[in-house]
Amino acid sequence: MAERSTPTLAVWKFTSCDGCQLTLLDCEEDLLALTGQVEIRHFLEASSRADPGPYDVSLVEGSITTAEQERLIRQVREWSRVLVTIGACATAGGVQALRNFADVEEFRSVVYATPSYVDTLATSTPIAAHVRVDYELRGCPIDRRQLVAVLSAFLAGREPDLPDDSVCTECKRRGNTCVMVADGTPCLGPVTHAGCGALCPTYRRGCYGCFGPVRAPNTRSLIRQLRVCGMGDAELDRVFHTFNAAAPGFASARGETDEPSQ
Amino acid sequence: MSHRSSRHLRVGALSRVEGEGALRVRVRDGRVEEVQLRIYEPPRFFEAFLRGRAHTEPPDITARVCGICPVAYQMSACQAIERACGVRVAAGVADLRRLLYCGEWIESHTLHIHLLHAPDFLGVPDAITLARRDRAVVERGLALKRAGNAVMELLGGRAIHPINVRLGGFYRLPDPADLRRLREQLRQALDDAVATAAWVATFDFPDVETDHELLALHEPGEYAVDRGVLRTSGGLEFPVEEFLDHVVERQVAHSTALQSTLDGRRHLTGPLARYALNAQWLRPAAAEAARAAGLDGPCRNPFRSIVVRAVEVVHAVEEALHVLDHYQPPAAPHVPVPARAAVGHGATEAPRGVLYHRYVLNDAGLLDSVDMVPPTAQNQLAIEDDLRRVVQDNLDLDDGELTKLCERAIRNHDPCISCSAHFLDLTVERA
Ligand code: SF4
Ligand code: SF4
Ligand code: SF4
Repeated sequence: MAERSTPTLAVWKFTSCDGCQLTLLDCEEDLLALTGQVEIRHFLEASSRADPGPYDVSLVEGSITTAEQERLIRQVREWSRVLVTIGACATAGGVQALRNFADVEEFRSVVYATPSYVDTLATSTPIAAHVRVDYELRGCPIDRRQLVAVLSAFLAGREPDLPDDSVCTECKRRGNTCVMVADGTPCLGPVTHAGCGALCPTYRRGCYGCFGPVRAPNTRSLIRQLRVCGMGDAELDRVFHTFNAAAPGFASARGETDEPSQ
Repeated sequence: MSHRSSRHLRVGALSRVEGEGALRVRVRDGRVEEVQLRIYEPPRFFEAFLRGRAHTEPPDITARVCGICPVAYQMSACQAIERACGVRVAAGVADLRRLLYCGEWIESHTLHIHLLHAPDFLGVPDAITLARRDRAVVERGLALKRAGNAVMELLGGRAIHPINVRLGGFYRLPDPADLRRLREQLRQALDDAVATAAWVATFDFPDVETDHELLALHEPGEYAVDRGVLRTSGGLEFPVEEFLDHVVERQVAHSTALQSTLDGRRHLTGPLARYALNAQWLRPAAAEAARAAGLDGPCRNPFRSIVVRAVEVVHAVEEALHVLDHYQPPAAPHVPVPARAAVGHGATEAPRGVLYHRYVLNDAGLLDSVDMVPPTAQNQLAIEDDLRRVVQDNLDLDDGELTKLCERAIRNHDPCISCSAHFLDLTVERA
């Protein structure tokens, strides 16, 4: 272990709100310890230092929405030994992927009087649609402890081992009362990827899926339960159509809301 | 090295600035011809895709405009929609909302001061390098930031995109025991905040004086954060409902952020504006910190904004402690906010300045249109003017030095660029 030179880290921003990068700066206790273990070579948000690659680990936030970004992400991939996408924008296209389902020309002209000044693609796509991704951290934003766990794993030379089951498992482990069962509150926990520690049910609120779909989400079955909780067609149409709208497990759920309930 | 008579400065990508921006300056024959703060943050079309969605959704969705000031978006959204629906929240809820907002001010300002801005004054590229030189100061900053985050985590569930905020209040009220613990943490934070203000006051500040019209919320008796009318340094005052009559946005070729003017003039919103217009209502320790830092009357030097921010942190901590000392739990965590066809306007003071929201609801309870005017978009012309002034006064510097100074001039305003690239309603303006 001592023979290896200090691992290098780079942080990249594409189309995003900056929240996931900020999570790194929010690791207050761990931040200084981390910076002692790792050399941050490129992190425009936090430093004027922008050393060229290659980098051992690149953290990538944000989705691809411009032609320039399509070019840059390929370069980032070349420069990086390990590429980790952080957050719903990078892993699923983010909330801005709602444009994928609409007419982006109309969107653009709604806002900009001279749309030709603004260069944007019709879609917002995740990083993995363009380059190979070595690891994915879900969330909008990502969870700080998971970020530290992933960085520690790479520093120790091993694969990270984060859970990929549903929010319900975290919810029960935390000892929460199920809001869907007890309060009839709609909750996407059963189909949402774990990572946040079941934050919303802890605050007596239903999960709204900001960590994206779990592996093999049974949205068809959940939709039946959401109807029992009082959700109508219009609401059902919107509930999966938010921060991970373009993730396959949630995008397909919209089609399932049309199915007749049993 | 370009000729003296004509120089082009370019910064391809600004660092230590939230979001993506770049700078272009053109000087000819000793005169600044053009200054462009280029925002190339790719637009995400929030105002467009919010149309047709439920009136309950903006608090969660608009938060995602900005990871650094999500609470500001949530608060402006709630204010606007609650007003549209004719709902007023209980006093206890309003207090908790203010407490949450204080948490964001503390966190955002402290982040800017230590990680983004102080390095400029100390000649280091980042806070990590600063920590090697003076670990205690960075650790103190991190502790202060942690206190801000602790407030947001308790009240909001998490600091980035809080989950506990909703129309009418909160999903769940905080536990008294947790509030007591928070109070202890904030007591320590007050000392840290005062020390931070004293520390930044020792920096060397270039001597610059600007003349932008200043715009801030104004509410007699308090240093306005979450309510009030709009007031300017020129003496203009108008209610939130008239915001768009005065603040008009237009598109420019070099920016995906729309630039705005106040009755046709360039204006500045944010800490300098707030301090100029509301300093008399700063809480005692903050007022003392301002005095000790040499702030005497309105501050028009953008380089000293770091001092004003530090003073605002002291105030935010005091304000938070005040709320905790006087908090009476409301009867319920939230009140219902039934939708109706109406228009609602909201304006609150994000850390960077006035954040305005407008929602048009239809009788199906869905959003017909959404307008958001963030502070950094409002400040664009003022920032460009600062740059013009800075370059004009420092032409004797070489390009490298001048460029650095320009970057600093931009960072003075803590621009939140992710917020600035957004979307405007079709009917407001056609170029
Ligand atoms: S995933 Fe969410 S928090 Fe992260 S950058 Fe995207 S919008 Fe921001
Ligand atoms: S509250 Fe939601 S996340 Fe928790 S157990 Fe129930 S369904 Fe699952
Ligand atoms: S409970 Fe669901 S919506 Fe809430 S933070 Fe966790 S994943 Fe996101």
